[in-house]
Amino acid sequence: MSLSPAQLDRIAYRRRQTLLSVLVAALSTLVLGVLLVVAVTGAPGWDRVRESFLDPQVARDSLPDVLRGLWLNIRLLFFCAVGALALGLAVALLRTLRGPVFFPVRLLATGYTYTFRGLPLIIVLYVMTLGLPGLRLQGMPSTLVLGGIALVVTYSGYLAEVFRAGIESVHPSQLAAARSLGLTYRQTMRFVVLPQAVRRVAPPLLNDTVALQKDVGLVSLAGPIDAVRAAQIHTAETFNYTPYIVAGVLFVLLAAPLIAVTDWVTLRAARRQS
Amino acid sequence: MSLLACRGVRKLFGDHVVLDGLDFDVAEHEVVALIGASGSGKSTLLRCVNLLEELDDGTIHLDGEHITDPRADPDKVRQRIGIVFQAYNLFPHMTVLENVVLAPVRVHGMPRQAARDLALEWLGRVGLAEKAGAYPDRLSGGQQQRVAIVRALVNSPRLLLLDEVTSALDPELVGEVLSMIRDLKSDGVTMVLATHEMGFARQVADRVCFLDGGRVLEQGPPEKVFAEPVEARTRQFLGRIIEAGRL
Ligand SMILES: Nc1ncnc2c1ncn2[C@@H]1O[C@H](COP(=O)(O)OP(=O)(O)O)[C@@H](O)[C@H]1O
Ligand SMILES: [Mg+2]
Repeated sequence: MSLSPAQLDRIAYRRRQTLLSVLVAALSTLVLGVLLVVAVTGAPGWDRVRESFLDPQVARDSLPDVLRGLWLNIRLLFFCAVGALALGLAVALLRTLRGPVFFPVRLLATGYTYTFRGLPLIIVLYVMTLGLPGLRLQGMPSTLVLGGIALVVTYSGYLAEVFRAGIESVHPSQLAAARSLGLTYRQTMRFVVLPQAVRRVAPPLLNDTVALQKDVGLVSLAGPIDAVRAAQIHTAETFNYTPYIVAGVLFVLLAAPLIAVTDWVTLRAARRQS
Repeated sequence: MSLLACRGVRKLFGDHVVLDGLDFDVAEHEVVALIGASGSGKSTLLRCVNLLEELDDGTIHLDGEHITDPRADPDKVRQRIGIVFQAYNLFPHMTVLENVVLAPVRVHGMPRQAARDLALEWLGRVGLAEKAGAYPDRLSGGQQQRVAIVRALVNSPRLLLLDEVTSALDPELVGEVLSMIRDLKSDGVTMVLATHEMGFARQVADRVCFLDGGRVLEQGPPEKVFAEPVEARTRQFLGRIIEAGRL
Protein backbone atom coordinates (compact mmCIF):
# COMPACT_ATOMS: atom_id res chain seq x y z
CA MET A 1 0.00 0.00 0.00
CA SER A 2 1.46 3.38 -0.93
CA LEU A 3 1.42 6.31 1.46
CA SER A 4 -0.57 9.43 0.81
CA PRO A 5 1.30 12.60 -0.27
CA ALA A 6 0.45 14.16 3.10
CA GLN A 7 2.17 11.30 5.00
CA LEU A 8 5.20 11.36 2.64
CA ASP A 9 5.50 15.08 3.23
CA ARG A 10 5.31 14.57 7.02
CA ILE A 11 8.06 11.94 6.91
CA ALA A 12 10.32 14.14 4.78
CA TYR A 13 9.73 17.11 7.07
CA ARG A 14 10.51 15.11 10.22
CA ARG A 15 13.70 13.78 8.65
CA ARG A 16 14.87 17.33 7.84
CA GLN A 17 14.05 18.43 11.37
CA THR A 18 16.05 15.54 12.89
CA LEU A 19 19.08 16.33 10.74
CA LEU A 20 18.85 19.98 11.73
CA SER A 21 18.75 19.23 15.47
CA VAL A 22 21.76 16.92 15.19
CA LEU A 23 23.71 19.67 13.43
CA VAL A 24 22.75 22.27 16.01
CA ALA A 25 23.71 19.95 18.87
CA ALA A 26 27.09 19.17 17.34
CA LEU A 27 27.85 22.82 16.68
CA SER A 28 26.92 24.02 20.16
CA THR A 29 28.97 21.22 21.77
CA LEU A 30 31.98 22.22 19.70
CA VAL A 31 31.65 25.91 20.55
CA LEU A 32 31.29 25.19 24.26
CA GLY A 33 34.28 22.83 24.19
CA VAL A 34 36.52 25.39 22.49
CA LEU A 35 35.42 28.10 24.92
CA LEU A 36 36.21 25.87 27.92
CA VAL A 37 39.65 24.89 26.62
CA VAL A 38 40.51 28.49 25.83
CA ALA A 39 39.30 29.69 29.22
CA VAL A 40 41.21 27.06 31.19
CA THR A 41 44.45 26.99 29.21
CA GLY A 42 44.40 30.77 28.86
CA ALA A 43 44.10 31.31 32.61
CA PRO A 44 47.12 33.04 34.17
CA GLY A 45 47.92 30.09 36.46
CA TRP A 46 47.37 27.32 33.88
CA ASP A 47 51.01 26.34 33.48
CA ARG A 48 51.54 25.81 37.21
CA VAL A 49 48.29 23.89 37.58
CA ARG A 50 49.21 21.67 34.66
CA GLU A 51 52.57 20.89 36.19
CA SER A 52 51.21 19.95 39.60
CA PHE A 53 47.98 18.17 38.54
CA LEU A 54 48.62 16.79 35.08
CA ASP A 55 52.23 15.63 35.04
CA PRO A 56 52.41 12.57 32.73
CA GLN A 57 55.59 11.23 34.34
CA VAL A 58 54.12 11.35 37.84
CA ALA A 59 50.94 9.74 36.53
CA ARG A 60 52.93 6.84 35.06
CA ASP A 61 54.92 6.36 38.24
CA SER A 62 51.95 6.36 40.56
CA LEU A 63 49.63 4.29 38.39
CA PRO A 64 50.72 0.78 39.61
CA ASP A 65 50.27 1.68 43.28
CA VAL A 66 46.98 3.45 42.67
CA LEU A 67 45.73 0.44 40.71
CA ARG A 68 46.76 -1.87 43.51
CA GLY A 69 44.77 0.32 45.88
CA LEU A 70 41.83 0.29 43.51
CA TRP A 71 41.79 -3.50 43.54
CA LEU A 72 41.20 -3.27 47.28
CA ASN A 73 38.31 -0.86 46.64
CA ILE A 74 36.78 -3.27 44.16
CA ARG A 75 37.00 -6.27 46.46
CA LEU A 76 35.65 -4.31 49.40
CA LEU A 77 32.84 -2.91 47.30
CA PHE A 78 31.80 -6.38 46.18
CA PHE A 79 31.73 -7.97 49.61
CA CYS A 80 30.24 -4.92 51.35
CA ALA A 81 27.51 -4.48 48.73
CA VAL A 82 26.46 -8.13 48.99
CA GLY A 83 26.64 -8.03 52.80
CA ALA A 84 24.75 -4.74 53.12
CA LEU A 85 21.99 -5.81 50.70
CA ALA A 86 21.47 -9.11 52.53
CA LEU A 87 21.53 -7.56 55.99
CA GLY A 88 19.36 -4.64 54.89
CA LEU A 89 16.74 -6.99 53.49
CA ALA A 90 16.79 -9.09 56.65
CA VAL A 91 16.31 -6.02 58.89
CA ALA A 92 13.50 -4.73 56.66
CA LEU A 93 11.70 -8.07 56.86
CA LEU A 94 12.06 -8.15 60.63
CA ARG A 95 10.50 -4.70 60.83
CA THR A 96 7.42 -5.85 58.92
CA LEU A 97 6.67 -8.80 61.22
CA ARG A 98 3.34 -8.43 63.01
CA GLY A 99 2.20 -9.85 66.32
CA PRO A 100 3.27 -9.44 69.93
CA VAL A 101 5.77 -12.32 69.80
CA PHE A 102 7.90 -10.33 67.43
CA PHE A 103 7.80 -7.10 69.40
CA PRO A 104 11.41 -7.36 70.66
CA VAL A 105 12.64 -8.29 67.18
CA ARG A 106 10.79 -5.34 65.67
CA LEU A 107 12.14 -3.04 68.32
CA LEU A 108 15.67 -4.24 67.73
CA ALA A 109 15.38 -3.87 63.96
CA THR A 110 13.91 -0.40 64.30
CA GLY A 111 16.64 0.64 66.75
CA TYR A 112 19.21 -0.68 64.31
CA THR A 113 18.03 1.47 61.42
CA TYR A 114 17.75 4.54 63.65
CA THR A 115 21.23 4.06 65.08
CA PHE A 116 23.19 3.31 61.95
CA ARG A 117 21.48 5.88 59.79
CA GLY A 118 22.21 8.52 62.40
CA LEU A 119 25.78 7.55 63.23
CA PRO A 120 28.51 8.99 60.98
CA LEU A 121 30.34 6.24 59.12
CA ILE A 122 33.73 7.49 60.31
CA ILE A 123 32.77 6.94 63.94
CA VAL A 124 31.54 3.41 63.24
CA LEU A 125 34.79 2.77 61.39
CA TYR A 126 36.99 3.97 64.24
CA VAL A 127 35.01 2.05 66.85
CA MET A 128 35.20 -1.13 64.78
CA THR A 129 38.79 -0.95 63.63
CA LEU A 130 40.43 0.72 66.60
CA GLY A 131 38.05 0.03 69.49
CA LEU A 132 37.19 -3.62 69.00
CA PRO A 133 40.77 -4.90 68.60
CA GLY A 134 41.51 -3.13 71.88
CA LEU A 135 39.45 -5.83 73.59
CA ARG A 136 42.22 -8.28 72.62
CA LEU A 137 39.78 -11.10 72.10
CA GLN A 138 40.82 -14.38 70.50
CA GLY A 139 40.29 -14.63 66.74
CA MET A 140 39.73 -10.91 66.12
CA PRO A 141 39.46 -10.43 62.32
CA SER A 142 41.87 -8.17 60.45
CA THR A 143 41.42 -4.42 60.29
CA LEU A 144 40.25 -4.76 56.71
CA VAL A 145 37.43 -7.16 57.66
CA LEU A 146 36.45 -4.99 60.63
CA GLY A 147 36.35 -1.96 58.35
CA GLY A 148 34.19 -3.90 55.92
CA ILE A 149 31.81 -4.79 58.75
CA ALA A 150 31.55 -1.11 59.67
CA LEU A 151 30.56 -0.30 56.09
CA VAL A 152 28.06 -3.16 55.99
CA VAL A 153 26.27 -2.18 59.20
CA THR A 154 26.08 1.48 58.21
CA TYR A 155 24.84 0.89 54.69
CA SER A 156 22.43 -1.87 55.66
CA GLY A 157 20.72 0.72 57.88
CA TYR A 158 19.93 2.76 54.77
CA LEU A 159 19.17 -0.18 52.53
CA ALA A 160 16.76 -1.63 55.10
CA GLU A 161 14.66 1.52 54.83
CA VAL A 162 14.72 1.37 51.04
CA PHE A 163 13.57 -2.26 51.14
CA ARG A 164 10.89 -1.43 53.70
CA ALA A 165 9.55 1.39 51.52
CA GLY A 166 9.37 -1.12 48.66
CA ILE A 167 7.58 -3.72 50.76
CA GLU A 168 5.04 -1.17 51.95
CA SER A 169 4.43 0.07 48.42
CA VAL A 170 2.92 -3.29 47.45
CA HIS A 171 -0.84 -2.86 47.68
CA PRO A 172 -2.61 -4.78 50.50
CA SER A 173 -4.94 -6.35 47.93
CA GLN A 174 -1.93 -8.30 46.63
CA LEU A 175 -1.44 -9.77 50.10
CA ALA A 176 -5.14 -10.57 50.36
CA ALA A 177 -5.03 -12.32 46.98
CA ALA A 178 -1.99 -14.37 47.99
CA ARG A 179 -3.29 -15.31 51.43
CA SER A 180 -6.69 -16.23 50.01
CA LEU A 181 -4.96 -18.79 47.79
CA GLY A 182 -3.69 -20.43 50.97
CA LEU A 183 -0.12 -19.13 50.78
CA THR A 184 1.49 -18.66 54.19
CA TYR A 185 2.88 -15.29 55.29
CA ARG A 186 6.40 -16.37 54.35
CA GLN A 187 5.35 -17.68 50.95
CA THR A 188 3.41 -14.47 50.33
CA MET A 189 6.51 -12.41 51.11
CA ARG A 190 8.78 -14.57 49.01
CA PHE A 191 6.67 -15.08 45.90
CA VAL A 192 4.39 -12.06 45.79
CA VAL A 193 5.59 -9.10 47.86
CA LEU A 194 9.38 -9.14 47.62
CA PRO A 195 9.65 -9.62 43.84
CA GLN A 196 7.43 -6.59 43.32
CA ALA A 197 9.08 -4.57 46.09
CA VAL A 198 12.65 -5.17 44.90
CA ARG A 199 11.75 -4.30 41.32
CA ARG A 200 10.24 -1.05 42.46
CA VAL A 201 13.20 0.04 44.63
CA ALA A 202 15.98 -1.24 42.37
CA PRO A 203 16.97 2.32 41.30
CA PRO A 204 17.52 3.68 44.84
CA LEU A 205 19.24 0.42 45.87
CA LEU A 206 21.71 0.78 43.00
CA ASN A 207 22.18 4.45 43.83
CA ASP A 208 23.22 3.55 47.35
CA THR A 209 25.63 1.01 45.90
CA VAL A 210 27.27 3.77 43.86
CA ALA A 211 27.58 5.83 47.04
CA LEU A 212 29.08 2.82 48.82
CA GLN A 213 31.69 2.58 46.09
CA LYS A 214 33.02 5.97 47.11
CA ASP A 215 32.84 5.26 50.82
CA VAL A 216 34.68 1.94 50.87
CA GLY A 217 37.93 3.94 50.57
CA LEU A 218 37.38 5.29 54.07
CA VAL A 219 38.77 2.04 55.52
CA SER A 220 42.18 3.50 54.66
CA LEU A 221 41.70 5.71 57.73
CA ALA A 222 42.41 2.57 59.73
CA GLY A 223 45.46 1.48 57.77
CA PRO A 224 44.68 -0.53 54.63
CA ILE A 225 45.82 1.29 51.49
CA ASP A 226 43.08 2.00 48.96
CA ALA A 227 43.41 3.96 45.72
CA VAL A 228 43.00 7.41 47.29
CA ARG A 229 45.42 6.61 50.08
CA ALA A 230 47.97 5.30 47.53
CA ALA A 231 47.62 8.56 45.62
CA GLN A 232 48.11 10.51 48.83
CA ILE A 233 51.32 8.64 49.59
CA HIS A 234 52.69 9.44 46.13
CA THR A 235 51.67 13.07 46.45
CA ALA A 236 53.50 13.34 49.74
CA GLU A 237 56.65 12.00 48.09
CA THR A 238 56.58 14.13 44.93
CA PHE A 239 54.68 17.24 46.04
CA ASN A 240 52.60 16.72 42.92
CA TYR A 241 48.82 16.20 42.89
CA THR A 242 48.65 14.20 39.67
CA PRO A 243 48.13 10.85 41.49
CA TYR A 244 44.82 12.18 42.83
CA ILE A 245 43.70 12.91 39.29
CA VAL A 246 44.74 9.38 38.31
CA ALA A 247 42.72 7.91 41.18
CA GLY A 248 39.77 10.16 40.39
CA VAL A 249 39.69 9.09 36.75
CA LEU A 250 39.86 5.44 37.76
CA PHE A 251 36.99 5.89 40.20
CA VAL A 252 34.81 7.45 37.57
CA LEU A 253 35.64 4.66 35.13
CA LEU A 254 34.78 2.10 37.78
CA ALA A 255 31.51 3.79 38.66
CA ALA A 256 30.41 4.37 35.06
CA PRO A 257 29.04 0.88 34.39
CA LEU A 258 27.17 0.81 37.70
CA ILE A 259 25.69 4.25 37.06
CA ALA A 260 24.73 3.23 33.53
CA VAL A 261 22.96 0.15 34.89
CA THR A 262 21.17 2.33 37.46
CA ASP A 263 19.97 4.72 34.76
CA TRP A 264 18.81 1.86 32.60
CA VAL A 265 16.91 0.21 35.45
CA THR A 266 15.34 3.53 36.46
CA LEU A 267 14.23 4.19 32.91
CA ARG A 268 12.78 0.73 32.58
CA ALA A 269 10.94 1.07 35.91
CA ALA A 270 9.52 4.42 34.81
CA ARG A 271 8.35 2.89 31.55
CA ARG A 272 6.66 -0.01 33.28
CA GLN A 273 4.79 2.43 35.53
CA SER A 274 3.20 4.24 32.61
CA MET B 1 -25.85 -30.44 56.50
CA SER B 2 -24.92 -27.22 54.78
CA LEU B 3 -21.50 -26.71 53.27
CA LEU B 4 -21.24 -23.26 54.80
CA ALA B 5 -23.02 -22.19 57.97
CA CYS B 6 -22.73 -18.70 59.44
CA ARG B 7 -24.37 -18.16 62.82
CA GLY B 8 -24.82 -14.82 64.56
CA VAL B 9 -21.92 -13.27 62.66
CA ARG B 10 -21.02 -9.83 63.96
CA LYS B 11 -18.43 -7.53 62.43
CA LEU B 12 -17.58 -4.00 63.45
CA PHE B 13 -15.22 -1.45 61.96
CA GLY B 14 -14.53 0.88 64.87
CA ASP B 15 -18.03 1.38 66.28
CA HIS B 16 -19.69 0.97 62.89
CA VAL B 17 -21.67 -2.29 62.95
CA VAL B 18 -21.48 -3.85 59.48
CA LEU B 19 -22.71 -7.39 60.19
CA ASP B 20 -25.14 -7.66 63.07
CA GLY B 21 -25.83 -11.24 64.10
CA LEU B 22 -26.12 -12.51 60.55
CA ASP B 23 -27.19 -16.11 59.78
CA PHE B 24 -26.35 -17.49 56.37
CA ASP B 25 -26.22 -21.00 54.89
CA VAL B 26 -25.03 -22.46 51.63
CA ALA B 27 -25.70 -26.04 50.54
CA GLU B 28 -23.35 -28.07 48.38
CA HIS B 29 -23.67 -27.28 44.61
CA GLU B 30 -25.82 -24.30 45.44
CA VAL B 31 -25.31 -20.89 43.82
CA VAL B 32 -26.29 -18.02 46.09
CA ALA B 33 -26.45 -14.39 45.03
CA LEU B 34 -25.85 -11.75 47.70
CA ILE B 35 -27.58 -8.51 46.86
CA GLY B 36 -27.92 -5.30 48.81
CA ALA B 37 -27.11 -1.62 48.74
CA SER B 38 -23.52 -0.50 48.43
CA GLY B 39 -22.03 -0.64 51.93
CA SER B 40 -24.51 -3.25 53.17
CA GLY B 41 -21.63 -5.61 54.02
CA LYS B 42 -21.54 -8.07 51.08
CA SER B 43 -17.76 -7.84 50.67
CA THR B 44 -17.26 -7.91 54.41
CA LEU B 45 -19.24 -11.14 54.71
CA LEU B 46 -17.18 -12.80 51.96
CA ARG B 47 -13.93 -11.62 53.55
CA CYS B 48 -15.07 -13.00 56.91
CA VAL B 49 -15.85 -16.38 55.38
CA ASN B 50 -12.37 -16.43 53.83
CA LEU B 51 -10.86 -15.39 57.18
CA LEU B 52 -9.42 -12.21 55.71
CA GLU B 53 -11.34 -10.41 58.48
CA GLU B 54 -11.74 -11.46 62.11
CA LEU B 55 -15.24 -11.81 63.52
CA ASP B 56 -16.39 -9.80 66.51
CA ASP B 57 -18.91 -12.50 67.37
CA GLY B 58 -20.62 -15.58 65.97
CA THR B 59 -19.27 -18.68 64.24
CA ILE B 60 -18.65 -19.93 60.73
CA HIS B 61 -18.56 -23.63 59.89
CA LEU B 62 -17.29 -25.10 56.64
CA ASP B 63 -18.08 -28.77 56.04
CA GLY B 64 -19.06 -28.96 59.68
CA GLU B 65 -15.67 -27.71 60.82
CA HIS B 66 -15.52 -24.61 62.98
CA ILE B 67 -13.21 -22.38 60.92
CA THR B 68 -13.48 -19.27 63.08
CA ASP B 69 -12.01 -21.20 66.00
CA PRO B 70 -8.83 -19.31 66.85
CA ARG B 71 -7.04 -22.67 67.07
CA ALA B 72 -7.87 -23.52 63.45
CA ASP B 73 -5.09 -22.85 60.93
CA PRO B 74 -6.39 -20.08 58.64
CA ASP B 75 -3.95 -21.05 55.86
CA LYS B 76 -5.45 -24.55 55.77
CA VAL B 77 -8.98 -23.15 55.71
CA ARG B 78 -8.22 -20.75 52.87
CA GLN B 79 -6.86 -23.62 50.82
CA ARG B 80 -10.42 -24.92 50.62
CA ILE B 81 -12.09 -21.61 49.74
CA GLY B 82 -11.48 -19.64 46.56
CA ILE B 83 -12.21 -15.93 46.36
CA VAL B 84 -12.18 -13.62 43.36
CA PHE B 85 -12.11 -9.88 43.86
CA GLN B 86 -13.66 -7.02 41.96
CA ALA B 87 -10.20 -5.70 40.99
CA TYR B 88 -8.87 -9.14 39.85
CA ASN B 89 -5.69 -8.74 41.97
CA LEU B 90 -3.55 -10.82 39.63
CA PHE B 91 0.16 -10.77 40.47
CA PRO B 92 1.62 -8.29 37.96
CA HIS B 93 5.15 -9.70 38.02
CA MET B 94 4.03 -13.17 36.97
CA THR B 95 2.70 -14.43 33.67
CA VAL B 96 -0.84 -15.73 33.44
CA LEU B 97 0.44 -19.30 33.73
CA GLU B 98 2.65 -18.48 36.72
CA ASN B 99 -0.29 -16.79 38.44
CA VAL B 100 -2.38 -19.91 37.99
CA VAL B 101 0.19 -22.54 39.02
CA LEU B 102 1.53 -20.67 42.07
CA ALA B 103 -0.92 -22.09 44.62
CA PRO B 104 -1.15 -25.64 43.19
CA VAL B 105 2.64 -25.94 43.32
CA ARG B 106 3.48 -24.02 46.50
CA VAL B 107 0.39 -24.68 48.60
CA HIS B 108 -0.96 -28.01 47.40
CA GLY B 109 2.39 -29.58 46.55
CA MET B 110 1.37 -30.52 43.02
CA PRO B 111 4.28 -31.42 40.70
CA ARG B 112 5.11 -28.47 38.45
CA GLN B 113 4.35 -30.30 35.21
CA ALA B 114 0.99 -31.57 36.42
CA ALA B 115 0.09 -28.07 37.61
CA ARG B 116 1.05 -26.63 34.22
CA ASP B 117 -1.08 -29.16 32.39
CA LEU B 118 -4.03 -28.51 34.65
CA ALA B 119 -3.64 -24.74 34.31
CA LEU B 120 -3.40 -24.92 30.52
CA GLU B 121 -6.44 -27.14 30.39
CA TRP B 122 -8.43 -24.60 32.42
CA LEU B 123 -7.11 -21.66 30.42
CA GLY B 124 -8.06 -23.52 27.25
CA ARG B 125 -11.57 -24.07 28.52
CA VAL B 126 -12.08 -20.34 29.00
CA GLY B 127 -10.38 -19.47 25.72
CA LEU B 128 -7.20 -18.03 27.17
CA ALA B 129 -4.66 -20.73 26.28
CA GLU B 130 -2.71 -18.41 23.98
CA LYS B 131 -2.40 -15.84 26.80
CA ALA B 132 -0.60 -18.26 29.13
CA GLY B 133 2.78 -16.57 28.62
CA ALA B 134 1.47 -12.99 28.75
CA TYR B 135 1.71 -10.63 31.71
CA PRO B 136 -1.59 -9.45 33.22
CA ASP B 137 -1.14 -5.85 32.02
CA ARG B 138 -1.35 -7.13 28.42
CA LEU B 139 -4.87 -8.51 29.03
CA SER B 140 -8.26 -6.85 28.89
CA GLY B 141 -10.24 -6.54 32.12
CA GLY B 142 -12.51 -9.41 31.18
CA GLN B 143 -9.55 -11.65 30.38
CA GLN B 144 -7.84 -10.73 33.65
CA GLN B 145 -10.97 -11.52 35.60
CA ARG B 146 -11.32 -14.92 33.90
CA VAL B 147 -7.70 -15.66 34.77
CA ALA B 148 -8.42 -14.69 38.38
CA ILE B 149 -11.34 -17.12 38.45
CA VAL B 150 -9.19 -19.87 36.94
CA ARG B 151 -6.47 -19.12 39.51
CA ALA B 152 -9.00 -19.82 42.27
CA LEU B 153 -10.54 -22.85 40.55
CA VAL B 154 -7.38 -24.88 39.86
CA ASN B 155 -7.20 -25.52 43.58
CA SER B 156 -10.60 -27.28 43.43
CA PRO B 157 -12.05 -25.21 46.27
CA ARG B 158 -15.08 -26.52 48.13
CA LEU B 159 -16.56 -23.05 47.88
CA LEU B 160 -15.98 -20.21 45.44
CA LEU B 161 -16.65 -16.63 46.56
CA LEU B 162 -17.10 -14.02 43.84
CA ASP B 163 -17.13 -10.37 44.93
CA GLU B 164 -18.71 -8.20 42.25
CA VAL B 165 -16.45 -9.74 39.66
CA THR B 166 -17.99 -7.75 36.81
CA SER B 167 -18.24 -4.32 38.44
CA ALA B 168 -14.87 -3.08 37.18
CA LEU B 169 -15.47 -4.26 33.61
CA ASP B 170 -16.55 -2.36 30.53
CA PRO B 171 -20.13 -3.35 29.65
CA GLU B 172 -19.13 -5.33 26.56
CA LEU B 173 -16.73 -7.48 28.63
CA VAL B 174 -19.25 -8.44 31.31
CA GLY B 175 -20.81 -11.16 29.16
CA GLU B 176 -17.68 -13.30 28.83
CA VAL B 177 -17.21 -13.46 32.60
CA LEU B 178 -20.88 -14.18 33.27
CA SER B 179 -20.95 -17.00 30.74
CA MET B 180 -17.93 -18.50 32.47
CA ILE B 181 -19.76 -18.43 35.81
CA ARG B 182 -22.77 -20.05 34.15
CA ASP B 183 -20.50 -22.90 32.99
CA LEU B 184 -19.17 -23.33 36.51
CA LYS B 185 -22.70 -23.67 37.80
CA SER B 186 -23.38 -26.53 35.41
CA ASP B 187 -20.13 -28.13 36.66
CA GLY B 188 -21.66 -28.09 40.13
CA VAL B 189 -19.29 -25.56 41.70
CA THR B 190 -20.71 -24.14 44.93
CA MET B 191 -20.67 -20.36 44.67
CA VAL B 192 -21.58 -17.28 46.64
CA LEU B 193 -21.60 -14.19 44.47
CA ALA B 194 -22.03 -10.64 45.60
CA THR B 195 -23.42 -8.85 42.59
CA HIS B 196 -25.13 -5.81 41.17
CA GLU B 197 -26.15 -7.75 38.07
CA MET B 198 -29.72 -8.51 39.05
CA GLY B 199 -30.57 -9.96 35.66
CA PHE B 200 -27.71 -12.37 35.97
CA ALA B 201 -28.53 -13.21 39.58
CA ARG B 202 -32.02 -14.08 38.44
CA GLN B 203 -30.69 -16.43 35.74
CA VAL B 204 -27.93 -18.22 37.57
CA ALA B 205 -28.71 -18.15 41.29
CA ASP B 206 -30.63 -20.88 43.08
CA ARG B 207 -31.27 -18.45 45.88
CA VAL B 208 -31.03 -14.71 46.36
CA CYS B 209 -30.18 -13.16 49.73
CA PHE B 210 -30.89 -9.51 50.38
CA LEU B 211 -28.51 -8.00 52.91
CA ASP B 212 -29.78 -5.09 54.96
CA GLY B 213 -29.02 -3.74 58.42
CA GLY B 214 -26.23 -6.26 58.88
CA ARG B 215 -28.48 -9.29 58.37
CA VAL B 216 -30.07 -11.34 55.62
CA LEU B 217 -33.37 -9.51 55.58
CA GLU B 218 -35.03 -11.58 52.90
CA GLN B 219 -34.12 -14.63 50.88
CA GLY B 220 -35.63 -17.10 48.48
CA PRO B 221 -35.66 -18.28 44.89
CA PRO B 222 -34.87 -15.37 42.54
CA GLU B 223 -38.24 -15.44 40.79
CA LYS B 224 -39.91 -14.99 44.16
CA VAL B 225 -37.61 -12.34 45.67
CA PHE B 226 -37.54 -10.26 42.50
CA ALA B 227 -41.22 -10.60 41.60
CA GLU B 228 -42.93 -10.38 44.98
CA PRO B 229 -40.55 -9.17 47.69
CA VAL B 230 -42.08 -9.36 51.14
CA GLU B 231 -40.04 -6.72 52.95
CA ALA B 232 -40.52 -3.02 52.32
CA ARG B 233 -36.72 -2.47 52.28
CA THR B 234 -36.31 -5.09 49.58
CA ARG B 235 -39.01 -3.46 47.46
CA GLN B 236 -37.34 -0.11 47.94
CA PHE B 237 -33.94 -1.47 46.93
CA LEU B 238 -35.29 -3.29 43.87
CA GLY B 239 -37.23 -0.17 42.92
CA ARG B 240 -34.01 1.84 42.84
CA ILE B 241 -32.33 -0.87 40.79
CA ILE B 242 -35.16 -0.86 38.25
CA GLU B 243 -34.95 2.91 38.09
CA ALA B 244 -31.26 2.61 37.26
CA GLY B 245 -32.19 0.20 34.48
CA ARG B 246 -30.36 -2.81 35.89
CA LEU B 247 -33.20 -5.27 36.21
N1 LIG C 1 -11.37 -2.13 56.26
C1 LIG C 1 -12.43 -1.37 56.60
N2 LIG C 1 -12.29 -0.42 57.54
C2 LIG C 1 -13.35 0.35 57.90
N3 LIG C 1 -14.57 0.24 57.36
C3 LIG C 1 -14.78 -0.69 56.42
C4 LIG C 1 -13.71 -1.53 55.99
N4 LIG C 1 -14.20 -2.36 55.03
C5 LIG C 1 -15.50 -2.04 54.88
N5 LIG C 1 -15.85 -1.04 55.72
C6 LIG C 1 -17.19 -0.48 55.85
O1 LIG C 1 -18.08 -1.51 56.02
C7 LIG C 1 -19.29 -1.28 55.35
C8 LIG C 1 -19.60 -2.45 54.42
O2 LIG C 1 -18.65 -2.48 53.38
P1 LIG C 1 -18.68 -3.60 52.26
O3 LIG C 1 -18.69 -4.92 52.91
O4 LIG C 1 -17.57 -3.31 51.35
O5 LIG C 1 -20.06 -3.33 51.55
P2 LIG C 1 -20.57 -3.84 50.13
O6 LIG C 1 -19.58 -4.81 49.61
O7 LIG C 1 -21.90 -4.44 50.39
O8 LIG C 1 -20.68 -2.62 49.28
C9 LIG C 1 -19.11 0.02 54.61
O9 LIG C 1 -19.76 1.04 55.34
C10 LIG C 1 -17.65 0.24 54.60
O10 LIG C 1 -17.35 1.59 54.65
MG1 LIG D 1 -18.31 -4.74 47.95
